[in-house]
Amino acid sequence: MIEFEMPKPIVKQRYLLQTVAEQMMRPHSRYFDENEHEIPWDYINFMHEAMRAMGAGALAPNAGKEDTKEEPEGKKKYPPIGYQSLAFMLETLAWGDVGMYLVTPGGALGAAAVEATGTPEQKKKFLSRFNEEKPAFGAMAMTEPHCGSDTSAIRTSAVLDKSTNEWIINGEKIFVTAGKLSLLESDGLVVVWATIDPEAGRAGMRPFVVEAGTPGVKVTKLEHKMGIRASDTASIVLQDARVPFENLLGSPEVPKKETKGFKGAMATFDATRPLVAATGIGVARAALELLKELLGQQGVTIRYGLPRQKLSSVERDVIDMEIMLESAWLLIIKAVWMADNRKHNPLEASMSKVKAGDAVTKITQKAMEIMGPVGYSRDLLLEKWFRDAKITDIYEGTGQINRLIVARNILGYRGSQLR
Amino acid sequence: MYAFEPSEEQKMLVDAIHRYTVNDLRPAAHDADEGGDLPGNLVEKGWELGVLQASIPEQFGGFGDHSAVTGVLAAEELAWGDLAGAFAVLTPGLFALPIFLCGSEEQKKKYLPPVIEAEWKPYSAAMVEPHFDFDPQEFRTTAVESGEDYLITGEKVFVPYAPQAETLIVYAQLDGKAQGFILDANAAGVEIEDRQSLMGINALPLYKMHFNEVRLPKVNRLGGEDGHEFAPIIDASRIATAALGVGLSKAALEYSRDYALERDVFGVKVAQKQAIAFMLAEMATEIEAIRLLTWEAAWLVDAEKEEASREAYLACIGAIDMAMMVTDRAVQILGGHGYIREHPVEMWMRCGRGLATFTGLAMV
Repeated sequence: MIEFEMPKPIVKQRYLLQTVAEQMMRPHSRYFDENEHEIPWDYINFMHEAMRAMGAGALAPNAGKEDTKEEPEGKKKYPPIGYQSLAFMLETLAWGDVGMYLVTPGGALGAAAVEATGTPEQKKKFLSRFNEEKPAFGAMAMTEPHCGSDTSAIRTSAVLDKSTNEWIINGEKIFVTAGKLSLLESDGLVVVWATIDPEAGRAGMRPFVVEAGTPGVKVTKLEHKMGIRASDTASIVLQDARVPFENLLGSPEVPKKETKGFKGAMATFDATRPLVAATGIGVARAALELLKELLGQQGVTIRYGLPRQKLSSVERDVIDMEIMLESAWLLIIKAVWMADNRKHNPLEASMSKVKAGDAVTKITQKAMEIMGPVGYSRDLLLEKWFRDAKITDIYEGTGQINRLIVARNILGYRGSQLR
Repeated sequence: MYAFEPSEEQKMLVDAIHRYTVNDLRPAAHDADEGGDLPGNLVEKGWELGVLQASIPEQFGGFGDHSAVTGVLAAEELAWGDLAGAFAVLTPGLFALPIFLCGSEEQKKKYLPPVIEAEWKPYSAAMVEPHFDFDPQEFRTTAVESGEDYLITGEKVFVPYAPQAETLIVYAQLDGKAQGFILDANAAGVEIEDRQSLMGINALPLYKMHFNEVRLPKVNRLGGEDGHEFAPIIDASRIATAALGVGLSKAALEYSRDYALERDVFGVKVAQKQAIAFMLAEMATEIEAIRLLTWEAAWLVDAEKEEASREAYLACIGAIDMAMMVTDRAVQILGGHGYIREHPVEMWMRCGRGLATFTGLAMV
């Protein structure tokens, strides 16, 4: 069947979150943009309570829940929509303020990594904190000063101390979203990717859970960014940081040299890429809606249905933006629908990120261009959304890396065949 | 809920069409374009797949329920085979679908069974007009009242099979409103010029027609004396254009991808060069994006949602731009060989540009 009906639970959820976006995010967008590194605790505490009530503690579809092995008899099986719900949720919150969305409490990428690579015991141990009384944050630390896209070049090392059965981690991570919130402002965790064998490249990469309060872990810097300024982007130095053996995500056997660790990272990204793309669409939709509103106030309406030759340049631009926005959104929906239905979706996940990164960049840039001096002013949020938008095509796999993934997929190439 | 899986019946139809494209459409496509002629019973064989018949209910001679989504899937596959051949197979739909969507009960009962129940016949329609800013909501062809009749005056182009068509639908502006009229092609005042010569779809016979105060009875206004809404017709045309564009583009992507995988350059395959790989990645992403937009537009039509018309328009515009980009890049990826008519990519690029002006040549 081919269908495009928004499921009722999502309709309801969206309505609620739209209210949150309008009332708790937008009125404070400018303040937290101008006061970088101030923490939006009102929003954080509100969301924490709201999500506990909704049971969406870790912002990952099944975080902390038991796998339901048997449905009660006679219960009508509703199709799974966990990832679809998340996509809509993130789009709506990002429409409100994507920087603030990034400080929504929950496990975020950290939880996603645990979900993708952890044992059932580890999931329970590490994810339950996101459902406790106080808000907690999760983060993922991959990038280092010398390497971003080339993840296999990381140098942060993890060495096993057999006498204490602890991992000793040394290294520096940068660009860790919510790094400070996870380590210093809450009882959170950071999943740190380190190598247990630098010679082995990808095969030596492993994810380690570093909990708040771990000695030897220091937040050394908070970046000053173009946009998403409400989000803390941290540098973390690990100096002989010790974590229990069990904090190595995955099977507790003596680690062998294989690429499972790296593949674990990539599996994380298949799940999160469409969701990051969804946040981009939220920003794009905000810009496009404001643009149409402002144009309308100036008497410019969009005459859908006319041939190109009769449209004004501005009308044509807006129509192109709508096409970009809607088609990018559908790529995301298909990718998360596949995830919900347990269909392998690396191609669709990367396509959605390629398209959304491109769309939000072009939409926000064109919207500002059209709005001239009015759009350039900080009186409107439009210029903030232009600045917030750009990161979408960069983090969680750049547009270029994702094009590589799409290309490899459609060409049937391994990484070594197409660099 | 959201779902992206064609039904079993839809898959069967698409598979049948696929066999037709592989066995019949594709082998004939090159020579048909060069010679301006579709071979023998190619069109009849395509007709027998039942694409149109499956979208008309039993009471009017068909065997299905109309579904724009199914039509989209069929059109994608036909265009993947050959665009000119696809148009030829779908031509009777230009007559039948407007009557099904917008005709009066009497018109449906009178006109549909002869089209649906029989072998392929060139029932056709005249929509497109020869001016650069042609607008299917503001025809320059006019319909003027004259007693119990209307008089049709104007010029149309891109009319498929005009000389062979016995009955066709002509679109004209009546009191400022775009309307369709069922016309006897042999009526006085109808002039058909020589066959048109175009940049692409050469295998499809298209004609320019003149209507000099051609008389038709008021009951032959589509929808009867009260006329009809135009949106369903333009929506169906736009969605068809989009679907055909998606199919055409998939063909171009696959061909250029396979070429790049084979061709050697600087000690590696062309596909291993990032510039080429990125072109292909973007082509694939754009095709999929517009494909989903087209599916959504078709679903909105089937579900009778208010946003259907706007979405159909966006899908059509999106597909026009997408197909131009994809088919252009397909030629580029083949380099000098892409420019040579032995490979189909240059033909697909000529078709790709044509999509911007083909709305009205097919409906779903």
